[in-house]
Amino acid sequence: MSPVVKRKGEKFTLPSKYLLFILTIICTALIILTFYTGFLSTPLSAVGGFLIVPMQDGISKAGSWLSTRSEELVEIRSLIQENEELKQKVDELTMENISLQQDRYELTNLRQLYELDSQYDEYQKIGARIIAKDSGNWFHSFTINKGTNDGLTVDMNVIAGSGLVGRIIDVGPDWAKVMAIISDNSNVSGMVLSTSDNLIVTGDLELYADGLISFEKLVDSADRVVEGDKIVTSNVSDKYLPGILIGYISAINVDSNNLTKSGVLTPAVDFEHLEEVLVITQTKQTVTEGD
Amino acid sequence: MLRFLVSFFLTIFCFVLQSTVFPAISFGGIVPNLMIVLTASFGFMRGEKSGLLFGFFCGLLADVFFGSFIGLYALIYMYIGYLNGKFNRIFYPEDIKLPLALILCSDLAYGLLCYLLFFLMRGKFHFGYYLLHIILPEAVYTIVVTLLLYPLILWINKKLESREQRSARKFV
Repeated sequence: MSPVVKRKGEKFTLPSKYLLFILTIICTALIILTFYTGFLSTPLSAVGGFLIVPMQDGISKAGSWLSTRSEELVEIRSLIQENEELKQKVDELTMENISLQQDRYELTNLRQLYELDSQYDEYQKIGARIIAKDSGNWFHSFTINKGTNDGLTVDMNVIAGSGLVGRIIDVGPDWAKVMAIISDNSNVSGMVLSTSDNLIVTGDLELYADGLISFEKLVDSADRVVEGDKIVTSNVSDKYLPGILIGYISAINVDSNNLTKSGVLTPAVDFEHLEEVLVITQTKQTVTEGD
Repeated sequence: MLRFLVSFFLTIFCFVLQSTVFPAISFGGIVPNLMIVLTASFGFMRGEKSGLLFGFFCGLLADVFFGSFIGLYALIYMYIGYLNGKFNRIFYPEDIKLPLALILCSDLAYGLLCYLLFFLMRGKFHFGYYLLHIILPEAVYTIVVTLLLYPLILWINKKLESREQRSARKFV
């Protein structure tokens, strides 16, 4: 007699073998569906946002409050000593400042040349707090506490300080999932600022411990790109706005094909201690359409 | 009904803890895997069906929040829970060696599967690095956390079981 058939007076139970089989099929179907379409992610993420996000938000708020308090206590002792040292430094720096002010005129001129500064300010930005990090150890994505209610959409760029952090890959009513550029599955089309050569910046789990990311496919036949050069997001990227600082080249090698170069770069953002980020509320598409 | 509610809150509690608090206490960027502990424990404590259901929902949570598409983590966790359920017959609550060994194996299996599915498929062949820097540290850290979390899970399960037995007796 089949174990699925219901006997009289007995509570209906499904053997685990069949349950496993059914759920496997459901999972496979879900994988295929979400891989090709993505229509399911909206209701599921709404449910998830309703259940989990308030808790994550609260815990990270309490956590950051606690850590700030404990840091304050530790810091008071060192602050007294530091204060003495700093007073001495102020004198030194005043002297240095005078010479630096002269350099500033030069810098302003250079900035006008690159028009980088103005570009950054043009974008509308909105601040958000990181409330949860990827539960595994393989990838580096995180959740922020703003969502569609604050006008965020998928593919908006996320920056922190002066550098690129990543982009939004999924969004709920009051949360959004951000994929960091250091994540192993992330690729960013970048450009060397000084020579405008294009390259691909790829996150790499093996380099993550050293705080680096790798780049590849740099065509530089004139050998003009050197270590220390600035890498910014390129004009040809369809997801990232142009001219956002990614990092600085720290090592560069010629590939075995002798045509392209690859290497590693130091990101401009400290991903280890990231707590608050800025989301640029314009996507590449809206910017280009607006032109 | 009570068991369902308790399971529900335990799963959410573990997930929220893992995604918010644990990154702050990580060693060298490695976070222990609470959801594997939960899935495996309920697998060998309650049997195959409990294990696979716990695995399915833990994985689904991870999928919705951090996966690039839905269902893959759910599948991995579900099979880990199901296989742990196979050991239900030789499980005794007094014995801690079997749970520790099973959770260790589960976490290693989870690490290997993640490597196979997410990294090997993209042509990242440097297995030694991933084994030494991700899979093994995660397994060790998870075992350390298990020593704290497992007694709690065992206690919750014991309370639930004694309660269920009492109500069953009353019903008869």
